[in-house]
Amino acid sequence: MSVVLEQIFQVGFLAAIIRIATPLAFATLGEMFSERAGVLNLGIEGIMLLSAMTGFTAASLSGSLWLGVLAAVLTGALMGAVHALFTVALGLSQHVCGIGVTLFSSGLAYFLYRLIFGQQSVPPNIKGFETLPIPILSDIPVLGPAVFNQFSLVYMAMLAIPLAAFVLYRTPWGLAVRMVGENPRAADSAGVSVIATRFQAVILGGALMGLAGAFLSMAQFNAFTFGVVSGRGWVAIALVVFGRWDPWRSAGAALLFAFVDALQLRMQASGLGHIPYEAFLMLPFIFTIVAMAVMSRNAVAPSALLKPFRREER
Amino acid sequence: MSTPAPLIEMRGISKSFGAVKANEAVDLSVAPGEILGLLGENGAGKTTLMNVLFGAYAPDAGEILVQGRSVAINSSADALAAGIGMVHQHFHLAPRLSVLENLLIGIPGRSGRIDRAGGLARLAEIGRQHGLTLDPDLPVSALSVGEQQRLEIVKALFRGARLLILDEPTAVLAPTEVDGLFSALRSMAAQGLGIIFISHKLNEVRALTHRCVVLRHGRVAGRVDAPASTTSSEMARLMCGHEIVPPARGPSMPGAAVLTLDGISTSHHSGMALRDVSLSVRGGEILGIAGVSGNGQRALAEVISGVRAPDAGKMTIAGKTVSRFSPSTVQALGLGRIPEDRMTTGLVTNLPLADSMVLPRIGTAAFSRNGLIKPDAIRAFAEAQIKAYDIRCPGPMTRAGALSGGNLQKALLARELAFDPKVLIVSQPTRGLDIGAARFIHEKFLDMRAKGCSIIVIGEDLEELLMLSDRIAVMYEGRIVGTLDSADASIARLGLMMTGAEGHA
Repeated sequence: MSVVLEQIFQVGFLAAIIRIATPLAFATLGEMFSERAGVLNLGIEGIMLLSAMTGFTAASLSGSLWLGVLAAVLTGALMGAVHALFTVALGLSQHVCGIGVTLFSSGLAYFLYRLIFGQQSVPPNIKGFETLPIPILSDIPVLGPAVFNQFSLVYMAMLAIPLAAFVLYRTPWGLAVRMVGENPRAADSAGVSVIATRFQAVILGGALMGLAGAFLSMAQFNAFTFGVVSGRGWVAIALVVFGRWDPWRSAGAALLFAFVDALQLRMQASGLGHIPYEAFLMLPFIFTIVAMAVMSRNAVAPSALLKPFRREER
Repeated sequence: MSTPAPLIEMRGISKSFGAVKANEAVDLSVAPGEILGLLGENGAGKTTLMNVLFGAYAPDAGEILVQGRSVAINSSADALAAGIGMVHQHFHLAPRLSVLENLLIGIPGRSGRIDRAGGLARLAEIGRQHGLTLDPDLPVSALSVGEQQRLEIVKALFRGARLLILDEPTAVLAPTEVDGLFSALRSMAAQGLGIIFISHKLNEVRALTHRCVVLRHGRVAGRVDAPASTTSSEMARLMCGHEIVPPARGPSMPGAAVLTLDGISTSHHSGMALRDVSLSVRGGEILGIAGVSGNGQRALAEVISGVRAPDAGKMTIAGKTVSRFSPSTVQALGLGRIPEDRMTTGLVTNLPLADSMVLPRIGTAAFSRNGLIKPDAIRAFAEAQIKAYDIRCPGPMTRAGALSGGNLQKALLARELAFDPKVLIVSQPTRGLDIGAARFIHEKFLDMRAKGCSIIVIGEDLEELLMLSDRIAVMYEGRIVGTLDSADASIARLGLMMTGAEGHA
């Protein structure tokens, strides 16, 4: 085990944690905004996949990575709007619609990818984002190269966390989001449009999920494969609960998950060879389940989560 | 009162839901500084009328004038802009957000941020003006019901309301809290606000309002210009369309003790625990349990109905000691129960009424055989009870939640009385019910009493307890502090005992 402990404090290991945490942080914040407004978005897995695809495609065709990011964000926002159309405007079951959005988006992603790139023996790739060291800060020993020599999308995630907390807790719009997630009738009688607020929150959430997808196909893997998301969306849903619907805690949960994931990658590589590698692969998920069970006991979901709002009903 | 220009005037308001005319040609006005009572039975159209005024429903006909100008109110935002604030019967608050956050919702911020300082200043100012103080940073869930109502009032004032609508505000309050509410409302009226006070409690309307409008079947049935000097029976006649005579209680002829509790104590699991409670109820007797809500009444009802097992003490029903506490064992011994909360513990709102009516006895031979239910028997039972108790509903397969409170209470009563219980325990039997429905329930209790049934009525409405009960026991902090014959009891004396002031009568 001392081998493992030594690994933890290596620069590479710390950097890996941050890198693994980034898409999870975007996705978790996105899901959190949606759920705080009272809308569970099970479309997250598919939205991330479709955004990863559109982002990759746009970057690949245009040659501009940032155009790719924009495409991914717009895709996420659009799919968020679709989910909101069904669950908020029409008041349909959030579970069913979310699964529907995931199935539809995944299918669409595979279909469009095939259509555009055909079936190639070697999957096409792009020259993805390169690390962008921040002057001075990246010179700090250990922490500097680990934290401040990252992709620009990583820095965006770092800024997104305090920004999300500020928006949620300090702005009138954030208060409206929290209110429509707790008691939509109260918001309505105060003259706040429940439908509009929920739409905005779900769309913003979708855009953040789009960023998560963009990071996967344009910074982490530099290619689009069918397994590019591989359950990260579902994990984000668990992390929101684990983080008790709070931006800071949710981001913390994402970091913790990333730590366990980075650890298992190291353990796979570090010659504990007689254990099948699948056992290590399970670790982050077992961790998530245990952490959820222990920590989420008295976590209270937004009161109006899953409840559609219809004004005429009394 | 002299009448200055009205703050709000409603002219010829009509509103129908399908074939039901909820409001028909209703005229109503409120002057600054005036408290207007809006009186009517459940379903008379009071709430609909106020929802029209607050923009929740669009009227089919009629117009609304604010300070003489005709305005269209299509949403609550419009109503707020016109200076109309409403305190709903069920509060519109987010329990996990703070008092201040509940106030600031929908208020534009300052340079993109929530205007906390401005909110605090405004809250303090309202507190000074009307004596309505609240801790701004407490979560709403930490407030008492009375404080939550205060927050609703402050919320309306916060938005600059000049007319305040209160929909049955006293239904949720303890008697002491009612006094506080009334003095706040009087102070607001003295400062020029208009107030519409909706209620079906005549004594409150007489005590508080300057003028009142009585609705019946959606129409204005009468206007009372001096409520304080009008008798309750006259106002009741306007409300119901006929005289209401309180049912007469026959002479007490109690038999042997049917239910006895001996030294019952419970743990502090949820709410106030019972401490060494002993009581007995005889056949043909009604025992009232008085007390401010939260002094162990719920635990008492739960122990007697077998939902909760006591830690110590003994309970006997018809001479048999209850050895295992469960709803089915005490029911088998002859206990009937009408729970406090019709909607959550009384019945299953999403199932057909018929299913809810047989639920406690679904396993008995009457309604099931070999583990399969007998749908025809269940339906026939429900149909018979609907007829016998005049439960107004489309049929036994109607979703239970769609019935009005009075009809639900009748259904719950029917379901217990159909099996001739030896003991009946009821909590808050007529809360939220109108005079007609309450009267019906009271008559049934007195009928059962005459047949020798023992009845325990747990309630906060002392007038009701005095009218029904042969004896009244008072609970305070989990104990029975005294029991009075109702002939010796008065509201004043019971009220004093309810504060724990008097040890023994």
